[in-house]
Amino acid sequence: MAIGLDHFLVLSAAMFSIGLVGALSKRNAVVILMCIEIMLNAVNVAMVAFSRYVTPVALTGQVFAIFIMTVAAAEAAVGLALIIAVYRQRQTVDVQQIDLMKW
Amino acid sequence: MSLADLGWAILFLPLISFVITVFLTRSRPKLCGYVTIAAIGLAFLASLVVLVRVVAEPVGTAAENQASYNWVNIPGLTESLTLSLGVAIDPLAAFMLVVVTGVSLLVQIYSQGYMAGDPGYSRYYAFMSLFTASMLGLVLANNLIMVYFFWELVGLCSYLLIGFWFQKPAAAAAAKKAFIVTRLGDLGFLVAILWLVFNVDPAGPNGLNIAFLNEKTTLDLIAGAGLTWAALGIFAGAVGKSAQFPLHVWLPDAMEGPTPVSALIHAATMVAAGVYLVARMFPLFEAAPDAMVVVAFVGGFTAIFAASMGLVMHDVKRVMAYSTVSQLGYMMMALGVGGLVAGIFHLFNHAFFKALLFLGSGSMIHGTGTQDMREMGGLRRAMPVTFITVLIASLSLSGIPPFSGFWSKDEILADTLGGHGNVLLFALGLAAAFMTAFYMFRMMFVAFGGSFRGPATAQGGHTSGHTSGHAIHLDQSHSAHAVGAHESPRVMTVPLIVLAILAVLTGFLNVNGWFGGLLEEGYVVHFNYGVMASSVVVALAGIFLAYAVYGAKWISAESLGRAFGPAHKWLTNKYYLDHLYEGVITRGAVIGICAVLSWFDHTFVDGIVNGVARLVMAISGGVRKAETGRVQAYALVIFAGVLVIMGLWMLGLPNSVSGWVAKP
Repeated sequence: MAIGLDHFLVLSAAMFSIGLVGALSKRNAVVILMCIEIMLNAVNVAMVAFSRYVTPVALTGQVFAIFIMTVAAAEAAVGLALIIAVYRQRQTVDVQQIDLMKW
Repeated sequence: MSLADLGWAILFLPLISFVITVFLTRSRPKLCGYVTIAAIGLAFLASLVVLVRVVAEPVGTAAENQASYNWVNIPGLTESLTLSLGVAIDPLAAFMLVVVTGVSLLVQIYSQGYMAGDPGYSRYYAFMSLFTASMLGLVLANNLIMVYFFWELVGLCSYLLIGFWFQKPAAAAAAKKAFIVTRLGDLGFLVAILWLVFNVDPAGPNGLNIAFLNEKTTLDLIAGAGLTWAALGIFAGAVGKSAQFPLHVWLPDAMEGPTPVSALIHAATMVAAGVYLVARMFPLFEAAPDAMVVVAFVGGFTAIFAASMGLVMHDVKRVMAYSTVSQLGYMMMALGVGGLVAGIFHLFNHAFFKALLFLGSGSMIHGTGTQDMREMGGLRRAMPVTFITVLIASLSLSGIPPFSGFWSKDEILADTLGGHGNVLLFALGLAAAFMTAFYMFRMMFVAFGGSFRGPATAQGGHTSGHTSGHAIHLDQSHSAHAVGAHESPRVMTVPLIVLAILAVLTGFLNVNGWFGGLLEEGYVVHFNYGVMASSVVVALAGIFLAYAVYGAKWISAESLGRAFGPAHKWLTNKYYLDHLYEGVITRGAVIGICAVLSWFDHTFVDGIVNGVARLVMAISGGVRKAETGRVQAYALVIFAGVLVIMGLWMLGLPNSVSGWVAKP
């Protein structure tokens, strides 16, 4: 059985779901950040697969994947910086405790 | 220049001087006075030109001598209403222009002496300019909306000038009273205008044009009960402005203003505006005979009612204020019985001799430092010019031939016996004439006869309280002279002399029917010698009685007062009308209504407003708990939202929602 588009999409959906569950349920801000990275990469997988199987001539999907990686890197940098700043202030990275901006 | 152009020039001259005095020369009082006098002098010359042209050549009717400019266009559902600004000149307007500008000019000159040194000198002249402009606008206006506009402007000027010495509580109160009481009448006027707007072809180019309204074809179209009510509404405005019963109460209090203001606004011009308005709309009133009867009886009753109060007043200005109310009643009565010429002729004569009386009393006040006639006395020697001129005015007012008042008053009395007249009205007029002669010569004998008593000697006389309650204008310059009476400076006496000459001469204008012929086509002057004889006899009787009581003192005034005790008490308290208005209407009705309205306001209006606010607070108090501050909760909601949208998209339901998300 040749590996086709469907396999990549299932993989992508599985990665996205794992990432989503993690992002919604984990308490550690660093882990949440990592889960978001998984979700972004799930999108990358889908993009590249579509590019390869649907429009092999145009490289739009591949180019977008590179963009997403760039943005993800920047996001990780900013996110980690924020987490460090919060940790310095409150000695915790538990998002359940970081709920000052309410009501 | 066409007549209409001259009209615009007359209107704008004092308006320009108002702008100049307010914005440019305010810091230089003397200059303000000169600018105002120059502008009004020019307006007076232009008015004379207009009058000469109206008299000399047949210039046609008001309908032909008008110039209008569209002012506002009010779009309607089916047709739009255009309001215009325009002037119209006819003989009636031409005579009024000369009266207004002429009296105004003399008063402004006189004020140079009377108001000298007053800290509000510039303000005084600014207001006087504005008043003159407004009054001229009222006279010239060719449509009712513009009349109303200037009608309110003269009311505003009256308010500002009555309250000119606003630091005096009595003056501030009188200004408010004048403004509010006249507003009651103006409400009727406004309703009448609105009725006319809706019933007289509003889309037509004529709109509320006075000449158009007065045409027979227009009047036939709207004849009926509605027209009678419209006429009464207009008359209600006139009742307020011309201080007719029952809205006369403001005019005597208006005497708190400077005396030249009283002479110009509250004797010669503004209070005559009501009479002028009725005369302007005369064909409309003639088309509503029931309204005419009301006009005649309100006028006749006011004439005698006000005259009776004038009998007992001690303040010279108040005597004259009641006299003005009474004479305006005469004019209204004349118009009510169809005597357009008689009424306007009396207005014309009255403007001069009553302005003269007021300026004369101003001179007396200036010379003695008091307004109470009991504190004067002997002024005939101290103030000869004032004495002679006031005597002429008093004789004219009393209706002694050959002075002007005699001619017009007799014409009014003769008209009350004419076609639309009524013997009762004649009797009212004759009785008022007797009282007029009595109270005028009471003042003459008390103030000018005997010897000077001075303010100090009359202190004991202040028992009735109504004069002392209205503290008179005793500023430094006036009270300083109170030691001995003296004649006023020439700038004040010359206007007196000019007005005295007019008070003698103007009566002859209608001896051969010249004046009347200009106002009314086919007018023929007719003398009723019986009426003349009776009115002169009555006037002489009044003067004789005044002499008997106050001149020769054959009968003591005190015993006379005791003999008519209850009546005297009623009169000194002005029939308790002020008490009635103040106590019952203001305190009772108005404050009662206010209490109810206040309760409604607090309970319902505030309740609704506060209720809405509380509801919003309650809802938001619950809803804001959703903002937990936990990012994961937010993310969960976003995820749920995405699921919902995707679900709808897949189901294709509903269309409006799936329409947002483009289908592949």
